[in-house]
Amino acid sequence: MSTRLAAGGRLINKARAMEFTFNGKRLRGFEGDTLASALLANDQMLVGRSFKYHRPRGIVASGAEEPNALVNMGRDETFEPNQRATTTELFDGLRAESQNHWPSLEFDVGAINTKLSRFLPAGFYYKMFIHPRPLWKHVYEPFIRRSAGLGKAPRDRDQDKYEHLYAFYDVVVIGGGIAGLLAAKAAGEAGVKVLLMEQTAHWGGRALVDSGTVNQMPVDKFVDETLSALADMSNVTMRLRMMGAGVYDHGYLLGYERVSDHKPRQNAPRHRLWRIRAKQIVTATGAIERPLSFAGNDFPGVMLASAVRDYAVNYGVSIGDRTVVVTNNDDAYQTAIVMKNAGLDVPLIVDARSSGGGALADEARALGIRVETGKAIAKVKGGKRVTGVALCSQAGEGTPLEEVACDVIAMSGGWSPVVHLWSHCGGKLIWDDAQAMFRPDPDKAPTGAQGEAFVSVAGSANGAMDLGEIVLDAVNAGQAAAKAAGGKSKRSKSPDAHSPKMAPIEPIWLMPQGANIKLRAKSWLDYQNDVKVSDVQLAAREGFESVEHAKRYTTLGMATDQGKLSNINGLAILSDALNQPIPQTGTTTFRPPYTPISMASIAGEARGPIFQPLRKTPMHDWHEENGAYWEPVGQWRRPYCFRKHPGEDIETAVKREINQTRQSLGLLDASTLGKLIVKGPDAGKFLDLLYTNMMSTLKPGRCRYGLMCNENGFLTDDGVVARIDEDTFLCHTTTGGADSIHAHMEDWLQCEWWDWKVYAANVTEQYAQVAVVGPNARKTLEKLTNEDISAEAIPFMAWKDVAFGDINARVYRISFSGELSYEIAVPASQGRAFWDQLLEAGAEFGVTPYGTEALHVMRAEKGFIMIGDETDGTVIPQDLGLDWAISKKKDDFLGKRAQERKHMIDPNRWKLVGLETVDGSVLPDGAYCTAEGTNKNGQRNVQGRVTSTYYSPTLERGIAMGLVHNGPDRMGEVIEFPKVDGTVIQAKIVSPVFYDPEGEKQNV
Amino acid sequence: MSSAVSALKGAKYEGYVKVEELGLRGMITLRGDLNSAKMKKAVQDVTGAKLPNQREITHEGDKAVAWMSPDELLVMVPYTDVHETLAALEKALKGQHFLAANVSDARAIFGLSGPAAREVIAKLCPVDMASGAFAPGQIRRTRMAQIAAAFWMTSDTRIEVVCFRSVAQYAFDLLKDAAEPGGEVGIFA
Repeated sequence: MSTRLAAGGRLINKARAMEFTFNGKRLRGFEGDTLASALLANDQMLVGRSFKYHRPRGIVASGAEEPNALVNMGRDETFEPNQRATTTELFDGLRAESQNHWPSLEFDVGAINTKLSRFLPAGFYYKMFIHPRPLWKHVYEPFIRRSAGLGKAPRDRDQDKYEHLYAFYDVVVIGGGIAGLLAAKAAGEAGVKVLLMEQTAHWGGRALVDSGTVNQMPVDKFVDETLSALADMSNVTMRLRMMGAGVYDHGYLLGYERVSDHKPRQNAPRHRLWRIRAKQIVTATGAIERPLSFAGNDFPGVMLASAVRDYAVNYGVSIGDRTVVVTNNDDAYQTAIVMKNAGLDVPLIVDARSSGGGALADEARALGIRVETGKAIAKVKGGKRVTGVALCSQAGEGTPLEEVACDVIAMSGGWSPVVHLWSHCGGKLIWDDAQAMFRPDPDKAPTGAQGEAFVSVAGSANGAMDLGEIVLDAVNAGQAAAKAAGGKSKRSKSPDAHSPKMAPIEPIWLMPQGANIKLRAKSWLDYQNDVKVSDVQLAAREGFESVEHAKRYTTLGMATDQGKLSNINGLAILSDALNQPIPQTGTTTFRPPYTPISMASIAGEARGPIFQPLRKTPMHDWHEENGAYWEPVGQWRRPYCFRKHPGEDIETAVKREINQTRQSLGLLDASTLGKLIVKGPDAGKFLDLLYTNMMSTLKPGRCRYGLMCNENGFLTDDGVVARIDEDTFLCHTTTGGADSIHAHMEDWLQCEWWDWKVYAANVTEQYAQVAVVGPNARKTLEKLTNEDISAEAIPFMAWKDVAFGDINARVYRISFSGELSYEIAVPASQGRAFWDQLLEAGAEFGVTPYGTEALHVMRAEKGFIMIGDETDGTVIPQDLGLDWAISKKKDDFLGKRAQERKHMIDPNRWKLVGLETVDGSVLPDGAYCTAEGTNKNGQRNVQGRVTSTYYSPTLERGIAMGLVHNGPDRMGEVIEFPKVDGTVIQAKIVSPVFYDPEGEKQNV
Repeated sequence: MSSAVSALKGAKYEGYVKVEELGLRGMITLRGDLNSAKMKKAVQDVTGAKLPNQREITHEGDKAVAWMSPDELLVMVPYTDVHETLAALEKALKGQHFLAANVSDARAIFGLSGPAAREVIAKLCPVDMASGAFAPGQIRRTRMAQIAAAFWMTSDTRIEVVCFRSVAQYAFDLLKDAAEPGGEVGIFA
């Protein structure tokens, strides 16, 4: 059983115990524990069931590479699935549950799959469930989805807070092991601005667990000295619990800081995503030990040799009393020595190399440990725990020679540099035959905009495995990065480091080398996805020869661990099956993030009330307090209508608003309309080109409705232009067009007509704008000012500056409703005050604020088009009968030539008409008018469509506008619009102007 | 001008950085030839401040001039002075090709104060806020989370941020969120 040792545990504080639960069981750990070390200290080796066969699985590793120990953490609003126990720091009250088991971890029904594994090889699901096709969607997939999967999806809203941080550094060093520390120090000494990040809670990395000395002192002392030197450098920032998640173009780097995962509910953000720009990035990300492939290598109790030693040294946890070490390299001997020195039994070291190990092997033997060279593990004995191991010759086929009882198997298949961050942005790898590893190719680094390398590697991430080499490499990398980032060129002496001399590794990809199919089918490559040696071999036989194809076919290297343990072993097996060298097979693509980061950290602050900006007019609060039923219009919220009392339904409110406006007085908050000032001696010339009609002839004090088209002739915006003085125009745009039309103007002014004397400014938000509409509009305004606002003083389509008390306003006599109407612009800061005055002055006329729906209905009753309803990016003004607004006199305007193209002048284009339903009902929006026959797809031919449709309370019937083939020539004809329910509505083609065609009402 | 109110009526939040809406300020968008002697003189005459260089802001008492683009300045004066200033500019630049527009009511302006003020901006804007990279006298027009914003420092511990009036509440909520105690990063200390 695994347990806490009496001594050891450099990272834990035994004076501070912490309680936590696992599957509801109350357990105890210490401050400084990871969830994994605390579970192991409580003999909780079994942590989950495998993905496909539901085999019992235990903790394998001690860091980010862990494939098995994924847990559901927290509950309700703190719930999060797939959290790695090995990288989860223990805190008081932590609550974890194992995943992928039913009904319980100890007894799992799905484990029957392991008995059926012969029938569930790679590609099983693809092959089995492809026929008959319809069954996949309705039967197979729902079933498979239920049985598969790791953690549960959260149900509740996340209670925690997340944020971003933008940061800029000359050199960023990723990884706070000895290499990272030294690289950062070297860079810091060169005077550049440095950020050093470490994904765990501790500096120093592996070197503190392993044997070695630096400058004749133990590694821990040297690390302490280096840390204090770094702390004294004001140009070096150091962050723990921060992972380099991804490297992107132009030195962009994501740092994922787990600010308060280890002390939740402290009012701190949970995660902070650092969005970093770095001139140079040094990845000192270390290396990950590889498992060995032998039958039964997935039993709980089979672990990485380095992890066994980490748990003992860092957390004072022994995985079991009797540890068998199995290796193809010298490094794993350290585990045997550590366990032995901890007073535990190491019955055997199985070294697959016939030549055996070097200095460390001698040390192990001197401690009385039995070492067998040229041997392999034939199979592992046990079930939910390892109970023993059967030995065989590595050279043979797996005939057992003897059995040795044990409860831990510490395996090491060599080390793979963590090259992920190097690779994210295009760094290439080379295969190092001597060390049996892929390591970064220094000649093919990720490059920046100038073709310069912007990522370099330090230490074991670079393939340096001896402490002396690591230290030298790190100092060089730090100095080179600093120099490339513009630092002083400084060469200091690198520390003198020594670690035991290692005998060469021997690549062992399968154990024993001639393992038969029964053994291969129990030799796991990928624990997380249940991929075995036999699966990869099957994929190769079935033609999935590309490593990317084999990955997808077998699922090797997928899911949350992205094959940190399995990739190299898998592609070695694939290479062997394809009879080609490993570099020819290559690796799959390394993509960010290095380990999964929370979705919430990506969203950052953008959640809840600040999910998106909400634009508010100065009268927004009044609307809110007075029953506004909101409609989103871009990022604005505009009242669709106002519910006079809470029970009033929307249709009733809209009718009430329209009737009251037409009969007496309505108010519209029109502040969102775009307002652009265009000024300069060439302003008239400029607007003549932007609008289809003539603007330069407009007299100061007057207004003109204008249309704007793009170069392709399509109608994009409309609005009223007011000439302020000889040089100055104020152009109203649609609400959505304010920014885009401003940009459109700047585009033409800056890129094409840069020598014209015209300036534009967007003053949309400077003004609150209120439309005062209805027969009593003038009477109301007259109560608020002594100035002359009579029909003579401000005729239709004129404007005038008028003071309403202390409010200086500009009054535009324009109408989008067909009624007597003034649009009044006041400073936004006085918008609410002006609105309140209007409400008071209009009270005697039953003043009725109205929303966008009443606005729409009233404009439709008048046959006014709406950009976005009557236009959809394919409609030209001529389609809408707006020929009167297209100047015939001008040589040119934007869209003119396009509108002369053959297709644009085709008499068969659909044109705007009014539609009056025969039965008075309301046509469905977007409904098509059908024609005789069918098209080549067998669909009914169409001859028109509805663009706007409303119930008109004024006419007490449904009215609509639509684009109809030859429409204007077919007045009075009845055409048919099928509805979705199969019935048909008949509508008569009429003029689009339903109300007051002579314009008598707006002209009073 | 008694009826004029700012968007948030001086809302305040005391976090690890103090956030407050600063009320109304006179602002004039001034476009023209920034190299012309008349422009330099006109701006200096109305504000007392020198014409700023690229990405800079100059202050003189309660007035300031900020560089916005190669042909645009933002002239800031007390809110009550804006019409007078506008008229003075119009007069001084008569005959020149220029545009001067009152945008005082189109804006919201916030003050961030405290030793960690830089940090609050660094959480929201893609700008290097380290003291070597950004200091009083400079201005940045940039993006603050999802909106356009500009900011400058009035001292090493105080920043002013300006954005559009319609998004004042969003801007305040953003700044408040970033300034909440517990979120201290400590990188600019």
